[in-house]
Amino acid sequence: MTFEEIKSKLVSALGGSIILKEEVTGLQPALFIASEDLLPVCSFLRDTEGLYFDFLSNITAVDYEEHFTIVYHLNSLPYQHTLVLKVELEANRSLDELPEIASITSVWRTADWHEREAFDLMGIYFSGHPDLRRILLPDDWEGHPLRKDYQDAEKYHGININ
Amino acid sequence: MANPKYREALARYEKHLAEISTQEMVLNMGPQHPSTHGVLRLQLITDGEIVKEVVPHLGYLHRCFDKHAESLNYGKTIPFTDRLDYLASMNNSHAFVMGVERMLGLDSKIPKRVEYIRVLVCELNRIASHLIAIGTYGIDIGATTPFLWCFRDREHIMNMLEWVSGSRMLYNYIWVGGLFYDLPVGFEARCSEFISYFKPKLVELDEILTQNQIFISRTANIGVLPADVAINYGVSGPMLRASGIKWDLRRIDGYSVYPEIDFEIPVGQGAMGSIGDCWDRYKVRVDEVRESVRIIEQCLERLRKDFKRTADFDPRALVPKKVNLKAQDYYVRAENPKGELGFYFVTKEKSDIPLRVKSRGPSFNNLSVISELGKGVLIADLIAILGSIDIVLGEVDR
Repeated sequence: MTFEEIKSKLVSALGGSIILKEEVTGLQPALFIASEDLLPVCSFLRDTEGLYFDFLSNITAVDYEEHFTIVYHLNSLPYQHTLVLKVELEANRSLDELPEIASITSVWRTADWHEREAFDLMGIYFSGHPDLRRILLPDDWEGHPLRKDYQDAEKYHGININ
Repeated sequence: MANPKYREALARYEKHLAEISTQEMVLNMGPQHPSTHGVLRLQLITDGEIVKEVVPHLGYLHRCFDKHAESLNYGKTIPFTDRLDYLASMNNSHAFVMGVERMLGLDSKIPKRVEYIRVLVCELNRIASHLIAIGTYGIDIGATTPFLWCFRDREHIMNMLEWVSGSRMLYNYIWVGGLFYDLPVGFEARCSEFISYFKPKLVELDEILTQNQIFISRTANIGVLPADVAINYGVSGPMLRASGIKWDLRRIDGYSVYPEIDFEIPVGQGAMGSIGDCWDRYKVRVDEVRESVRIIEQCLERLRKDFKRTADFDPRALVPKKVNLKAQDYYVRAENPKGELGFYFVTKEKSDIPLRVKSRGPSFNNLSVISELGKGVLIADLIAILGSIDIVLGEVDR
């Protein structure tokens, strides 16, 4: 299925307001959706005949400074088509109030570790995630290193690391 | 992270460990356990010999690939990609380079000779990677001889690739727009010599391991991974194919010159037990080695007949002085020995340094299924299951 067909299928089932904007200038066209629509859209994409996006390749969190973007790369094994979903989140830089988005672990289990990685390195909170601990860094690490405003710590457990 | 909401999962995990019953025991497998193939730590909650729960802990080999890639230009990142899955460095750099070339619009202009050389070295590296998977799998469950045989044959490949690139394991050979150098004179002949040496060795390996009754008893019907679970967990590569799904990106995406090459995609048949068991995963890798040999033979033939070495051929002719991209994003994927390797690039306007590079390692996703596969198995079987996943920690932790 082409990008346009996937889009029209999505619009006819979930309404025209589901797609906030689309990006067709690049090599891979992308759909932008609102963060509160993420779970219904993902379930629809996975379960609808003709779409069957059963394979989640990748989740990336990108820090664009003015906002965060979470990018989902979806794949359908039976139909061999792909889709890029993007969700923009407000750039809240406080470490006590992370940007929040629904977890899609219930749709694709791949999301489990990918979301933990995004939480760990970019500081995105995935609500409803079954086990949102840090995955690559130690549990007591301060801050989220892939953020553009991250400052390297001087010491870790009293050891100079800079 | 002062907000208790963000420490809630950690507290829950600690509470869970503290509240196990008296007959249960927490057992740490790794990070210095030989069968974890690197620095992986699996925390097992066991009841006698039975594993009730597996909690993997990663990050012991985290080298901040994503962060490094944000501060270096594309060419300088290639050596870092070599260190992701360090057993298949050529394949890593091939995937990375393909992504940059497609964003530059260079991919259709790459000379055929360069593409065939890339596929040739990638397939050699795929054999080397699978040989490690097969050999160490043997030693995981008690067979020492196949391990020595596999490392002996792999050493021939390492020597050949060292001759090509100057380095034994971390090559930096495939560059954006071309190659570091053309193949050395006489490489094709030596490579054919290796292939004719290697083919009978594969038969021997089959006899000692594939049909070995002890090996079959240890692997058949162990760690059965149903196809739907595999897909839902994002498992790819030989592991997904062992579960019966014919999914190979070399065929699906048809990148580089793979559409011009004839090869089969082996899938798990359940010949010794059920589809998707440890034996199937092992067998798919053995069959893939055979297919890679076929691909190498075809590449060598084309390189000798159609795309011969000429005096004026320069593999660096298209290598850009500076990679100048417009602001865009692109996700490239390629079939690595271990599965789908993806790089997601977000580029900046008029800059040769990306805004964000995310690497999607196949081992990372393949490993995530261990908590599912490890439920209720014997501790000894967990070793067999982990070995059959074939992880490289350089890629899990990145």
